[in-house]
Amino acid sequence: MAITPPQYLLHHDGDNVAVAMEDLQPGTLHGRSVKEGTEGTAVLNHAIPLGHKFALTDLAEGDAIIKYGIKVGLASAAIKKGDYIHTHNMRSYRWEASRA
Amino acid sequence: MGSKPRLMGYRRENGAMGIRNHVIILPLDDLSNAAAEAVAKVIPGTMALPHAFGRLQFGEDLQLTFDTLIGTGVNANVAAVVVIGIEPKWTQRVADGIAKTGKPVAAFSIEGKGDLQVIQEASRVAAMFLQDASGLVRTEAEMGDMIMSVKCGESDTTSGLGSCPTTSQAVDRWVEAGGSVFFGETSELTGGEHLIAERCIDAATRELFQTTYDNYIKVIEATGANLLGSQPTQGNIAGGLTTIEEKALGNIAKTGSVPVVGVLKPAEMPNPANPGLYFMDSSSAAAECVTLMAAGGAVIHLFPTGQGNVIGNPIVPVLKLTANIKTAKSMTEHIDLDVSGLLRYEYDLKKAGDMMMDVIYDTVNGRLCKAEVMGHREFTFTKLYISA
Repeated sequence: MAITPPQYLLHHDGDNVAVAMEDLQPGTLHGRSVKEGTEGTAVLNHAIPLGHKFALTDLAEGDAIIKYGIKVGLASAAIKKGDYIHTHNMRSYRWEASRA
Repeated sequence: MGSKPRLMGYRRENGAMGIRNHVIILPLDDLSNAAAEAVAKVIPGTMALPHAFGRLQFGEDLQLTFDTLIGTGVNANVAAVVVIGIEPKWTQRVADGIAKTGKPVAAFSIEGKGDLQVIQEASRVAAMFLQDASGLVRTEAEMGDMIMSVKCGESDTTSGLGSCPTTSQAVDRWVEAGGSVFFGETSELTGGEHLIAERCIDAATRELFQTTYDNYIKVIEATGANLLGSQPTQGNIAGGLTTIEEKALGNIAKTGSVPVVGVLKPAEMPNPANPGLYFMDSSSAAAECVTLMAAGGAVIHLFPTGQGNVIGNPIVPVLKLTANIKTAKSMTEHIDLDVSGLLRYEYDLKKAGDMMMDVIYDTVNGRLCKAEVMGHREFTFTKLYISA
């Protein structure tokens, strides 16, 4: 059965960030998780390019950002569900000197 | 797979199986690049491998340069080697290291003769080596005869979703067929190094892996540097990767699911009696890493990319795959396999793996990869510290 190309992907159910699969405009999007194949929808607040990330939940400064089911960084500012996530509001937790 | 195609390679004197048949002119040091390049011009069909080092290095750093030079000459993709150095002693040391394989090697040194006489003498030998190499024929090969290496570059978020999992398919199939695979990029495991440690086959391997990783990271962290823009690179960031941990998990997504059977020093050759997946301590810089892996014996390299790294290697075909549709469309002269359809759910991961294996079979059997066609021959040494 053919699957409609997803507009975003998350690696695992439970990840709190998703990746844009095309250049996206703000709005309601359809996507899926790669591992479990769970289909869903998410709201995006900003225009973001292919490959960039947005939040699937609200995050407070210092909260863990989860991708692949694993912590891949910390929110360096408060992030709202649907917000664009990159170096302006996320940083490494291992290399603390590495920040924008 | 139903009708499995045949793999054909060049069986070398020491039993190693190569997939290319290069006659190389190998300078020992930067001073000998000019003579080496001149020989390759006089005898078209041979290939010079110029590089930047080989003088006043010492200790472990010097040893790594020797291991890189000797390993490159030993590599089964090389039929014969002409070594040219400024001084006779180190030149002969490299030639002797290569000669242990039984392949034709000759050494020339420049001091007391000058470039022109060396070019003449070395060209006569290179001519003979080239003609003899051209008479060698491919014979049937198995994956178990060959070492593959994997390293990604200019990664983006599509790497961890598409091109790296596709590479994993090939890694698992290669190892399950009895072959060996190298992965490395020590700093680029940060945040996921526990996943590699868990896959080490026994406690001794795990301890060696952890020590190797910790030592590399200590050097980086001791600088106190802000690595944003270096690791992850500016290209990684442009592609949507934000942290080293995020990049690392994408990197690890290409290492298959088989156990890690050993940990290698940079440019170290594995024990052929113990095939499997090896971790090689190495920089994540593409040309440095692939040069070390080629010196360790890899004859084919898989290179997943996101934003479009263009790296090649003089003696090893470097196959590029990407799941980023923009890169696949805008950099067709560099990309050997477009797996962006995986992210559109046009096919599944097993099918992407089949597509990858088809490209690997063609490349093993002699079809040039894009990096070879484009003349990408990056030969780049890893320097451990300052020269004397």
